Amino acid sequence: MRGQGQAARLAWLIAAGLVVALFATGCGSSSSTGDRNTDMAQSVGKGEGELNLIGWAGYVANPWKSQFEKETGCQVNFKVGGTSDQMVQLMRTGQYDGVSASGNASARLVDAGDVSPVNVNLVPNYKTIFDDLKDQPYNTFDGTHYGIPHARGANVLMWNKDEVKPSPTSWDVMLDPKKAQQYKGKISVYDDPIYIADAAVYLKTHQPDLGIDNPYELDSKQFDAAVNLLKEQRANVGEYWSDALKQISAFAGGDDWLGTTWQYQYFALLDKGEPMDTSGETQGFVPKEGATGWSDTWMISSQAAHPNCMYEWMNFIVSPKVNAEVSQYFGEAPSQSLSCKPSTLTAAAKAAGLPENPKFCDQYHAADQSFWKNVYYWQTPLADCGDSRGDECMDYNDWVSAWTDIKG
Amino acid sequence: MEAADALASAPKRSVGRRLADLFHGRRLLQVSGLLSGPLAWLVVGYIGSLIVLLVASFWSVSALTGEISQTFTFDNFNTIFTEPVYRTIAWRTVRVAALVTVTDAVLAFPIAFYMAKMASRRARAALVVGILMPLWSFYLVKVYAWRTMLSADGVINWALGPLGLHGPGYGTTAVWLVMSYLWLPYMILPIFAGLERIPDSLLSASEDLGASPFTTFRRVILPLAFPAVVAGSIFTFSLTLGDYITPQLVSNSQFIGNVVSTNITNNLPLASAFAVVPIMIMVIYLLVARAFGAFEHL
Repeated sequence: MRGQGQAARLAWLIAAGLVVALFATGCGSSSSTGDRNTDMAQSVGKGEGELNLIGWAGYVANPWKSQFEKETGCQVNFKVGGTSDQMVQLMRTGQYDGVSASGNASARLVDAGDVSPVNVNLVPNYKTIFDDLKDQPYNTFDGTHYGIPHARGANVLMWNKDEVKPSPTSWDVMLDPKKAQQYKGKISVYDDPIYIADAAVYLKTHQPDLGIDNPYELDSKQFDAAVNLLKEQRANVGEYWSDALKQISAFAGGDDWLGTTWQYQYFALLDKGEPMDTSGETQGFVPKEGATGWSDTWMISSQAAHPNCMYEWMNFIVSPKVNAEVSQYFGEAPSQSLSCKPSTLTAAAKAAGLPENPKFCDQYHAADQSFWKNVYYWQTPLADCGDSRGDECMDYNDWVSAWTDIKG
Repeated sequence: MEAADALASAPKRSVGRRLADLFHGRRLLQVSGLLSGPLAWLVVGYIGSLIVLLVASFWSVSALTGEISQTFTFDNFNTIFTEPVYRTIAWRTVRVAALVTVTDAVLAFPIAFYMAKMASRRARAALVVGILMPLWSFYLVKVYAWRTMLSADGVINWALGPLGLHGPGYGTTAVWLVMSYLWLPYMILPIFAGLERIPDSLLSASEDLGASPFTTFRRVILPLAFPAVVAGSIFTFSLTLGDYITPQLVSNSQFIGNVVSTNITNNLPLASAFAVVPIMIMVIYLLVARAFGAFEHL
């Protein structure tokens, strides 16, 4: 018994020592809170032979990946990020050279000093990128460029033609409790706090007295209205999806009839012969209220081990033919204006093994600035409203906890 | 002479042989040699990570950058205990875990009893293999199979259709069904082991003394097998408590694990604080289980 008591005392001692050690290291390495990185490259040297990237699925694929490797000698290691939160987390490890950040990741990366400014003079193809993608709040901070625009797209409303009649022209089929009720249990909703912005886009049109301008800059009154709308919607939701394959299976299996989606799932379901439809060309491919969307930016890590290869990549991915390849492959509007030449589009489609579509840029409104006025790119919600309201807005933590609350 | 021989042969002895000599008769060295590896793993890898979790639950996160600030605060626990949604979720998780446990116990007992007391050797071997077989296949495959079966066009609705019924569809009921399926083997095996330990002579004696089969079951078998049921329930209860993939695939309901997984990337401290809840529940559960003598059968 004595021996046992001794062993127990020893165990406690070790455990206590460990706790002290953990606290000590924890406090010692205390956070490097939010200092922007300002070290901008002044020249691009010889490639380092390797490049580690994080991006959305399909952004780094063959044939352009192997073409890049052949041209520059930089071997590309690609890690797919599933969500913006995951990408931020991966970038903070310091193991990666660059990331294709959506607007709801870019501000967080910049403000925490995870990414460096980009010297656009070292990226020759930057000059011919569409002007309305340059100097945007999600890629340029206090006049400093932090990335190269990759491509953009809108989240779309998709429905099953056989079940949903007449074809909806508005998000009200999902968000107006009365109209959504007829599709109770058949509605598919994106499972991410950023979806609150979709409700805000809807309210902007349907409750103008709330005075919503930017759906990511919501004060508490506007935010509560959006959250309450989604709480009402919950009863009608068939499924919340965050995995594209899960949504495809739900539509193919008849569990869901309509919902918010990406082009990727829509095309995949059409390929399976499912009777799917989305807002038509006459409506500009989005419901009448507009839609949320994304505009992605290649950013360079402040801890990049292969900065020269990363600069090579940022120039390569927005070169006319390659940008035409990646955007046709994914189903989004290219950022490079020269990609939209019909001959370039055709050559790129051929290289990527896709059907030729010289009208691709028209269909995706690549050059149509008025179309994008109705598309609200994902953005990180911050306390600072960015206007005269000051620090009255709900920040991303509020959005995340509200999302937990909405789903109940 | 002998001593001289031993000396002469000493340099030729293998390393293993010399190690064996070193350990011979030295009890402390033996024990520490045996345990230092597992103990280091237990303290650093296992308890260490729990301590990190606990410590992180007192930190906070910067809204602007999502970076963790390592200053002490009770905010996370405050949120969890004051916001009703977290209580709803914790309660739902515990309720389903309890339901799954009861379901599995009810299903497992007859099977285990048949295996332990009635089946031939061959049938018993076949049953053991049959019960273990699903554990060899990949977890996600099984859950996705259920997802397909439960879908609107799935086999469950197809089979029930002619009877004018339809399946539960996706939801908390579906989670209960799938979890009960997934964790059933973890309940059968301990009960089987527990029942096997009851000597047949006890059952005969009970019969000889005039007890009906029901009385034998109630007064003899159940009291002796109950600790085994509790042992099995520890598995089914804790596995249900921690799962977050099944709820995600067959329902819209949030369980404790779902909240932890959504918060882990952007609010690690809150996720840690909520992860403490199932730990506390399990500690209480284990204390109760110990009172029932469950650990004699682990």
